[in-house]
Amino acid sequence: MSAARIRALRKAYGTHLVFDGLDLDVARGERVAILGASGCGKSTLLRCIAGLERSDAGTIATTGEIGVVFQEPRLFPWLDVERNVAFPARNDAERARVGNVLALVGLAHAAKRIPKELSGGMAQRAALARALVRDPALLLLDEPFAALDALRRIELRAAVREILEFTRASAILVTHDVDDALALADRVVVLAGSPAEIAFTGQVGETATRGAILDALGVVEVRSRPAPARSGRHGASYTS
Amino acid sequence: MARFVVPLALLAGWWAASASGFIKSYQLASPRDVVRELLDLAQSGLLWRDLGASVERVALGFAIALLCALVLGSLVGGSRIAERALDPTLQGIRAVPSLAWVPLILLWLGIGETAKITLVAIGAFFPIYVALVSGIRGVDRKLVEVGTIFGLSRFALIARVLVPATLPQLLVGARIGLTQAWLFLVAAELLAATNGLGFLLTDGQQTSRTDEILVAILLFAACGKLSESAMRLLEKRLVGWTDTVQA
Repeated sequence: MSAARIRALRKAYGTHLVFDGLDLDVARGERVAILGASGCGKSTLLRCIAGLERSDAGTIATTGEIGVVFQEPRLFPWLDVERNVAFPARNDAERARVGNVLALVGLAHAAKRIPKELSGGMAQRAALARALVRDPALLLLDEPFAALDALRRIELRAAVREILEFTRASAILVTHDVDDALALADRVVVLAGSPAEIAFTGQVGETATRGAILDALGVVEVRSRPAPARSGRHGASYTS
Repeated sequence: MARFVVPLALLAGWWAASASGFIKSYQLASPRDVVRELLDLAQSGLLWRDLGASVERVALGFAIALLCALVLGSLVGGSRIAERALDPTLQGIRAVPSLAWVPLILLWLGIGETAKITLVAIGAFFPIYVALVSGIRGVDRKLVEVGTIFGLSRFALIARVLVPATLPQLLVGARIGLTQAWLFLVAAELLAATNGLGFLLTDGQQTSRTDEILVAILLFAACGKLSESAMRLLEKRLVGWTDTVQA
């Protein structure tokens, strides 16, 4: 059984066709990273799966609860961290999970703070905790680290990795960062073209190497060369 | 400390001018006369009668305005159809300087309490209505999406996301509306009243009692300041979570 099964997905904004017959499967417990150039439709795909966008044709089947983390934390500013995290809880069992997920993301000490008192990294942790409260079978992560500085990004990436290991939830991570993809995913999918199609798919540790992914993204990595011994711009001395 | 310098200097100047006879008492009563008049009015019970009447009119008018603004504002803010049907008319009415309604109100409702409360309500309504509509329009779509993802019902979405998100704007509108209510109360009571702070003003004018006029003005200032402070306190309590620079 799969966590998400997408068949012949078609989605257009006006005359712009984003997808025309996209297929994608995410196996139970599998973590898939979706990469692609800006505006290629990665986020649209996630929004379709989350039910925020209506597809024009095709089917999207998911099993179990879905949790979503966006690029921005999207916390309710009038609720403290604990209540934000408890927001989706529908019963006592889910409410009882609040403390656990707060501890899991490392925010147990900040439960009573309100969003304006949180740093960007903490706010994103709270958003992650909120997405976990219903014990989702599938986590949708839409560039969850994009708004963070480099150090917070490394921290949160490690935290997400641990959480995914711990919860064994399936995940779809939309990102434009190859390192995020390699660190978190079992499989990497590259979307390209218009309408977007799967240009590459490969298992991390097998075919999905950094080089292969960059290749599929059409990125030419310029290797830094050692600086020339005599530079004419600043340091060169004419007398020596 | 600095904040007291100018008021105290004004008070001293006022006292000096009336004590030296530079200003006659029929032009401006001395501070002493004003205080004495205030105490007299308080002792005779007239002060409480007038203050009570005015506060009651403001409270009733404001409550009616708030209720109407909540109903109409929610409709117009929440539905495009209601907006097209109602908003142009309301904006048209709003464009009329509200005191221009006075003659009609007097003809329709006479000079009784209903007319005064109606006028106060008209004054307080528009700031609340406008703030509420723009508050509803300004709700962060991204927060609404969070509610949608969790499968909130329409009612739950309104109660748990839209209402709290709109509250800051609504409270600002209510604060301005309350100030407007006092403004329109003066107009209403100047026209026709047998009690109230506005009546003190006209009574003072007709009997050339500047001390009475000044007592009324001071009471208006106190009431306006008190109600504004109360609203600000309410804002701080209810929507202290807003991440904006407080005015």
